Amino acid sequence: MNTLEQLEEEAIYIIREVVGQFNNPALLFSGGKDSIILLHLCKKAFLPGRIPFPLLHVDTGHNFPETIKLRDELVEKYQVKLHVGSVQESIDQGKVIEEKGKYASRNTLQTVTLLESIEELKFDACMGGARRDEEKARAKERIFSVRDDFGQWNEKLQRPELFDMLNGQIHSGENVRVFPISNWTELDVWEYIRKENLEIPSIYFSHKRAVFVRDGQLMPSSDFIFNEKEETFIESVRFRTVGDMSCTAAVPSEAIDLDTVIDEIRDSAISERGARMDDKRSEGAMEERKKVGYF
Amino acid sequence: MKTLRITTAGSVDDGKSTLIGRLLYETNSLKTDQLEHIETKSRSLGYDYLDFSLATDGLLTEREQGITIDVSNLYFSTPKRRFIIADAPGHVEYTRNMVTGASNAEVAIILLDARKGVMEQTKRHLYITQLLGIKHLIFTVNKMDLIEYDHDEFLKIKTQIDKLLGEYTWETQSFFIPVAALKGDNIISKSENMPWYKGETLLSLIESIEIEQDIQENTLLQVQHVIRPKTEIHHDYRGFVGKVKSGMFSKGDEVEVFPSGSKSKIKAIEKYGEEKTNIGTGENATLLLEDEIDASRGNTILKSNHSLQSSNQINAKICWMQSNALNPNNKYWLQHGVQKSMVKTKEINTKMNWQKWISESTESLQMNDIGEVSFQLAQPLLFAPFHLNKKLGAFILIDPNTNNTAGVGFIQ
Repeated sequence: MNTLEQLEEEAIYIIREVVGQFNNPALLFSGGKDSIILLHLCKKAFLPGRIPFPLLHVDTGHNFPETIKLRDELVEKYQVKLHVGSVQESIDQGKVIEEKGKYASRNTLQTVTLLESIEELKFDACMGGARRDEEKARAKERIFSVRDDFGQWNEKLQRPELFDMLNGQIHSGENVRVFPISNWTELDVWEYIRKENLEIPSIYFSHKRAVFVRDGQLMPSSDFIFNEKEETFIESVRFRTVGDMSCTAAVPSEAIDLDTVIDEIRDSAISERGARMDDKRSEGAMEERKKVGYF
Repeated sequence: MKTLRITTAGSVDDGKSTLIGRLLYETNSLKTDQLEHIETKSRSLGYDYLDFSLATDGLLTEREQGITIDVSNLYFSTPKRRFIIADAPGHVEYTRNMVTGASNAEVAIILLDARKGVMEQTKRHLYITQLLGIKHLIFTVNKMDLIEYDHDEFLKIKTQIDKLLGEYTWETQSFFIPVAALKGDNIISKSENMPWYKGETLLSLIESIEIEQDIQENTLLQVQHVIRPKTEIHHDYRGFVGKVKSGMFSKGDEVEVFPSGSKSKIKAIEKYGEEKTNIGTGENATLLLEDEIDASRGNTILKSNHSLQSSNQINAKICWMQSNALNPNNKYWLQHGVQKSMVKTKEINTKMNWQKWISESTESLQMNDIGEVSFQLAQPLLFAPFHLNKKLGAFILIDPNTNNTAGVGFIQ
């Protein structure tokens, strides 16, 4: 078996464990490349049957329109049920307060909506496309990661996880986050997309876009991002991660297809999440968000 | 190119995180923004060197205390090989996280501080690597710069290790490397400070180390899930899915189901919806059988000519990982692969005395103890001793009150 085959075997084994061990699992789907891969793996895991669980998308309302379009096409293609948790609704209901100022982002707010959706729909396991090579706090996470009644991750009390034996036993009210592609790197993800010929949002490839420079990063010009003074210009860019528009920076790129994207990543001197403003808010930004229930 | 899985081991402050950070740095696996972060942080902490442990100690509390609490998995590759390396914690109270990091490893890098030599944690971690059946051990004597690169001190530590290994009949392949992880001696380039060392550098060793294939004669899988599409074209479709634990299934093989004993033949083999004639170890199979027999999650489907034993009494070495002690008559869930059964502790026979490096009799196992225990199972278990088959010889114990993974067992 080559590396991609090994990784695929491992991921599908984990996905089948989720269905074997939990009553009401779901797949957290953002429309980004990692969740698209996960959806494809879920399809493979249950052929010739259908995917036996729904998708949950936490919609910040600040998405790239390309992502939402592809999301709806995929839902149709794979014949899965889609639940959408809306951050805008949480704001309208006064459950969260919109951040203000130059760095305002809905990234943190989505945790509240995510936890509410999990509680309302009574999900006991939520699969996500997080990978250990993305970020130093994620490098510590188990494949089956137990969250308490408040959705919190306790980094000091993670369960031991041995061999391929996954312990999904929980008390009522708790839930488990499951990461089937934990051991994939960014390059593995791209090579798998190429091998399986998967469709991904067009913003992952080079395109001309109005951007402005903030803190050394290229931010997309958009109604969602407060910008008074910074000068906007047109540049050939692509996105390496697809998050909320307000916290995802673009990178200059001429990579127009999978081959050129893969070459570019191989040569890149900046890490994948180097263009995520949400990680740069403080030293433990990811860890602090995980502790309160962030995906 | 198969990925090599490595774990680190050794006592607190022996320099595991620094060594890994150094390996990542020297193999150009740290990106500019990660390196900048390490530089800025090292400066703000007032160091005149780069603190590479900051590359892996990702939790705020770890950085605050300068220790590793939980295991990190790091990914890097060289033109020769791809690696996953686990940065394991050295503290005794986080032994469970070290075991987690080591459980899938094929090679263990066991670090020792050149000034201190063998510590109790060195012994515990060495013993754990052998419980887990890790055959390739790289004893890395670190901080050689602090003992002026002294050859005799290095040899003394090697003798201590040889003595520990000599007390058991473990099948190990051992290497000894003197390094200074902070400065980079013998990590990827030969140290000019230690001309007396004629062996390989750490990187060239892990690039070239050969891992033997684990070949098993028995063919089996445990059923994870049953696919029943119930659509018009697949009206009677019943696919038993599971990962082939060992051996190879072929179309037409005679099989039986454990524990029911029902027999049938393989009508078809599928993988992700596509038909195959054979399917081997580590692959996710879908088996379609000729007869309508009952097999559900946790049951085993195996080729009929097997040589496995089944019993509801087992003896196992246990590494205990939770604060509530393991006592006679305690009940737990035993998870063996994907199968679960209730067990009762019958007797705690022995536990390891780290000081004396022998096992002695005991009444109970406390957290971080390792000992031999006998169990009574509610249902019979199909198993092989761990040293003969890792996939069939290991299990975890789950505390029914906390749902926590309380211990790991290795069947004797």
